[in-house]
Amino acid sequence: MKKIECIIKPFKLDDVKNALTEMGVTGMTVSEVRGFGRQKGHTELYRGAEYQIDFIPKVKLELVVAADQVAKIVETVQKEACTGRIGDGKIFVTSVEQSVRIRTGETGADSL
Amino acid sequence: MKKMIYLMTVALVLLVPSLGLAEDAPVSEMSYILNTFSFLITGVLVMWMAAGFAMLESGLVRSKNVATICLKNIALFGVAGILFYLVGYNLMYAGVDGGWIGSFGIWAADDAAALAGDYSGGYAAASDWFFQMVFCGAACSVVSGCVAERIKLWSFMVFCVVLTGFIYPIQGSWVWGGGWLSEMGFTDYAGSTLVHSVGGWAALTGALILGARKGKYGKDGRVNAMPGNNIPLATIGTFILWMGWYGFNGGSVLSLGSAASAVEMSNVFVNTNTAACGGMIAAMLMVQVLYKKTDVTMALNGALAGLVSITAGPATPSLGAALLIGAVGGVLVVLAVPFFDKLKIDDVVGALSVHLVCGIWGTLAVPFTNSDASFATQAIGVVAIGAFVLVTSAVTWFIVKLIMGLRCSEEDELLGLDVTEVGLSAYPDFQKTSQ
Repeated sequence: MKKIECIIKPFKLDDVKNALTEMGVTGMTVSEVRGFGRQKGHTELYRGAEYQIDFIPKVKLELVVAADQVAKIVETVQKEACTGRIGDGKIFVTSVEQSVRIRTGETGADSL
Repeated sequence: MKKMIYLMTVALVLLVPSLGLAEDAPVSEMSYILNTFSFLITGVLVMWMAAGFAMLESGLVRSKNVATICLKNIALFGVAGILFYLVGYNLMYAGVDGGWIGSFGIWAADDAAALAGDYSGGYAAASDWFFQMVFCGAACSVVSGCVAERIKLWSFMVFCVVLTGFIYPIQGSWVWGGGWLSEMGFTDYAGSTLVHSVGGWAALTGALILGARKGKYGKDGRVNAMPGNNIPLATIGTFILWMGWYGFNGGSVLSLGSAASAVEMSNVFVNTNTAACGGMIAAMLMVQVLYKKTDVTMALNGALAGLVSITAGPATPSLGAALLIGAVGGVLVVLAVPFFDKLKIDDVVGALSVHLVCGIWGTLAVPFTNSDASFATQAIGVVAIGAFVLVTSAVTWFIVKLIMGLRCSEEDELLGLDVTEVGLSAYPDFQKTSQ
């Protein structure tokens, strides 16, 4: 099992979710997050005074899937979330040791 | 001849609003009813401005101070209503006779004459009290936004008692109570100086004595923006104030019992509206030119700047003149905000720029369209009332500071006054997601 974490632009969420559900992904978790990468923040003006917005709003999408699905999912997210401009986000893949479905107690790949 | 009498009546009404109604002509019962109705309904509009101030300020403070600012705004209105009954009204209107102060005493309505069929009083006593009381509340509302996010709740309340019970009524007696300034010919139709600048001066001394919010001004003169938390609230607040202003200025005709007063009130309504439009658009353009990007909160301040500017003389200008008077206010407000920041006077919602600066401008602009007013007399009024409020409010702030402290602790300020002063967050769902 692998966990795929994708930090993407908020307005790309629908495109990514639709593409993933079409290819058979059955679940995902999203959260609103803020952060910066090489894109950095930007300066705004409020009543004549400048202020720095360092953390830019993004959406974090998390999926835990069987290892053999990872390559295809990553490819799909990369394609759907891409605008070609700075700040498109990142995808991280990590190994997951265990997974349990709370309702039934199933474990491992069966619980996904 | 008829026109002469009308003009004289208008002049009398402008100079001595509390006494002046139609003493030279018999008042019919219908006039009496309409005058009273006007006071009541426009008074309700002015009362609603308290809601406007509450929403404007709620939107422009940071989210950790919203519940506190809501409480302060409604509480100060309560204080104003009680103090104006206990001392305020009589200090402002009873037996001023060209002097400096009215008399002490609890107010009570006396309508015996009207009930006996003599309508020369012009309106029901309580309708006048009500209309004047809501003005007193408005002056106090100006202060709360300026000193927000760092003042202790109860210290602020004590200041409100002094402002609404004594400072506001005493200076008000000089003009609307028929005191020395009105005898000199100073004119302030609905209170650019008497209400807005008074609130502004009191807020200025408060902001100076309190000091800026922690972190507002950095080293080497850097101004750190602290953006408001809710622009829709600030916007609805401005709309409410704008709406209330029809009552504020329109009701200040002080009568509706004749065609002449109906015409005057209608002119006041449209001049008030046009000045607000001018102030807002001018502020938007000015910000765009100066900073290459416009600013919602400045547009809101600009509308209020136009309204404050026209308040000293909304009856005499043409629509074009009202537009210009408002527009100058809008420009002034955009210049005043960074000016106060440069002086490190931290004004959270722009109350000084709107109410103090434009209050002064509006008062000085009256002679442009009203030949009965003179620049010199208007200036004397602005300076006299400014000096009086500066001194009395500063003394009051200092005494409150000495006795109970003015500013909350640094830790409380960082945590936010909602938690430390009232123990309640305005947006509790951010904390308790499990409910």
